[in-house]
Amino acid sequence: MTRWLILGIVLLTVLSLGVGAAGLGVPDPLILWQIRLPRTALALLVGGGLGLSGAALQGALRNPLADSGLLGIGGCAGLGAVIAYYWGVSALFAPALPLAGLAGAGVGCAFLLMFAGRAASGPSLILAGIALSAATAAMLALALTLAPNPFALAEITFWLMGGLEDRTLSHVALALPPIALGCLVLLRLGRGLDALALGEDAAATLGLPVGQTLRRTAAGVALAVGAGAAVAGGIGFVGLVVPHLLRPILGERPGALLFSSLLAGAALLLAADLLARIAPMVLPLAQEPRLGVLTALLGAPFLVRIARRVAP
Amino acid sequence: MIRLRAPEIRLGDRVVLRDIDFAAASGTLVALCGPNGAGKSTLLRALAGLLPKCVAADPRHVAYLPQNARCAWALTVAEVAALGRIPHGDTAAAPIERALLACGVGHLRRTRIDRVSGGQARRAMLARAFATEPRVFLLDEPTADLDPAAAHQIMRLLHDTARAGACVIVVLHALDLALRYADRMIVIDQGRIVADGAPGAMLPRAAAAFGLAHGIDPTPRLLPPA
Repeated sequence: MTRWLILGIVLLTVLSLGVGAAGLGVPDPLILWQIRLPRTALALLVGGGLGLSGAALQGALRNPLADSGLLGIGGCAGLGAVIAYYWGVSALFAPALPLAGLAGAGVGCAFLLMFAGRAASGPSLILAGIALSAATAAMLALALTLAPNPFALAEITFWLMGGLEDRTLSHVALALPPIALGCLVLLRLGRGLDALALGEDAAATLGLPVGQTLRRTAAGVALAVGAGAAVAGGIGFVGLVVPHLLRPILGERPGALLFSSLLAGAALLLAADLLARIAPMVLPLAQEPRLGVLTALLGAPFLVRIARRVAP
Repeated sequence: MIRLRAPEIRLGDRVVLRDIDFAAASGTLVALCGPNGAGKSTLLRALAGLLPKCVAADPRHVAYLPQNARCAWALTVAEVAALGRIPHGDTAAAPIERALLACGVGHLRRTRIDRVSGGQARRAMLARAFATEPRVFLLDEPTADLDPAAAHQIMRLLHDTARAGACVIVVLHALDLALRYADRMIVIDQGRIVADGAPGAMLPRAAAAFGLAHGIDPTPRLLPPA
């Protein structure tokens, strides 16, 4: 499976470097380095981080509906980034944007894990996530209504929809360290997540530091999702969909899904981004559809399918 | 061999158990009996080191199976048993295989645990405990919700395990199973150990704790499979 995913990523990367507004073919080196390479690299990075975060969250919370977007963690990251953006901190100090995204995601993760520690039942956790999403949406709306000028408003709204166009290698440099670190933290949690499948008590008697595993999950997800949201805006459903696509092939052991979810998330987001780029060439669209809009449109029916299957 | 001494054991600010001086030797099957809320599960959790201020048990030597133990994901039976190797940090095939065979789920190893019967799922969870190859088993109601034949099979397995040298401590609601299979019965009532000894001799005290009478019942009865 890993081999097929890597092959898919290589193929998609070649395609992604060869397709753009300038058409299909070997591009001008300037276009390649300044436009297509950053875009491709960010799609792989952000998608990989989201896919792995989804698998780790579902494992840690023992809930197949867990996803950074659905649980409001993505919204928290967006809120953090918008605050940094809004106050102009990010204009003065570029890393402030991903750092604020990380901080926002960290707060969201901490809230959910504290909640999950007390009441780990599935529905109550999802409800807590909905509450968190609603609160961040309201705060974002507040930030938008208080925006200093209509341009800032349009810019923030556009950014919130999520997308990867017009990114540069400096965005890659900003996002790479936190996402890579977050992924490293999450990839090492396999055994802990396996043991948690038996519940927290049984996991503890297997010699597993349960609290530490949950805290590391929160930190890893905050790093990967927060930095991703800071450079790519709101992109949902990747983390929800990816582990579900892999389970019928690889089985349900949480630890077995981590690395594959990283690869599949990267492939899925790059494929979605390619679709967004190709859409205006074949459809009568004035502009590329936003990537976040596209993943939501593709992911929402999937959520309905999962909900139907997990409902008692 | 496992031992626990505690003047009182609290859950939050409520005192659940008092004057606990508990020890169990290798090679015995100990049944913890008593009415709902007496503190049986709390005693087991304390022995497993799950309560604050309790010494954590060595996970390589002590296996704990919670009440209504379930697996959140549809792992295969063999994958569930393999989780029992986590304390040893390996996935050694031999102990997993022995555990699957001992618990009678060898033929289900590739079957997902959500596709087997309740009794088979319970035995798969037991296989997880067996795969650890512990000296002490702490099992909370391993026969709950099982049909009588499956319950007898599991108790017989635990009896044989104790005979082979392990210390097996089981919370049991079914007094008849305790009478038939246990070497020692401990009766807990309102947070205190009120009786401790051979199951037959402890029956009057156990019956009193449940508010039941006891005696010889001459009506036809179900017996375990031959």
